[in-house]
Amino acid sequence: MTPLLFALLALAGGVGAAARFVLDGAIRTRLRTAFPWATTVINVSGSLVLGVLTGLTAVHLLPEQLGVILGAGFLGGYTTFSTASYETVQLIRQGRYGASLLSGLLMLALCVAAAALGLWIGSSV
Amino acid sequence: MTPGIRPPHLRWAAIALVALGGTVGVAAREVLTLIVPTLGALPLAIAIVNLFGAFLLGLLYEALTRADPTRSTARSLRLLLGTGFCGGFTTYSALAVDTALLLGDGELATAAAYALGTVVLGACATWGGIAIGHAIATRMPQTSAQQGATS
Repeated sequence: MTPLLFALLALAGGVGAAARFVLDGAIRTRLRTAFPWATTVINVSGSLVLGVLTGLTAVHLLPEQLGVILGAGFLGGYTTFSTASYETVQLIRQGRYGASLLSGLLMLALCVAAAALGLWIGSSV
Repeated sequence: MTPGIRPPHLRWAAIALVALGGTVGVAAREVLTLIVPTLGALPLAIAIVNLFGAFLLGLLYEALTRADPTRSTARSLRLLLGTGFCGGFTTYSALAVDTALLLGDGELATAAAYALGTVVLGACATWGGIAIGHAIATRMPQTSAQQGATS
């Protein structure tokens, strides 16, 4: 990996994190629930797009370096595992075990399904 | 909410803190993915990144909340290190796509172990981080009180 590619990837990650922060705030101000819908929307949408990018790269419709900048960089910064995990644990601490289990497993299932759909879309374009 | 005061996600200073932390976090993740080899079909680097990031976020949020939740420094650190660094360092999209790829290759057991293992161990890591953050914050009541009084 060249220093330039590394720098672009990191900067794209910063932009992705900022995009997550703005979208998360926008969803939270409109949807005041204890269930982490904002993080779910962010992670599912990011998984779908990374699937598409990975599919496109596999069939050589997207240059590999651009795929890395947008994928590991932007989408890696946009999606987050730590916040999802924290929100799941917070639900457990509040005694909301069902919601906690649902948030942890539903997000995982939705994200993997979105990623699979994205891979299929990307590789069959 | 006070009229005229923008919520954090619409303030440029807050967005810049998140972007800065996110840039460093994503760079740190990339360094780890470059040096940690995959374990067979298992993306070991991403698993390590996600578990460590989940631990770190739990520790950070708990320590900052217990130390003094009203201080603007604590809020800024939350954005820079929590939403920014830990959020950018960890990734859900790579977890989801790698799991989908494993499923597509017929590696059902590896896919299930990787995905469920990350989520379950991640929750344990967050819990451990919260416990340690709690212990750190409650052992330094004097320090946080002094800082609160002087700032």
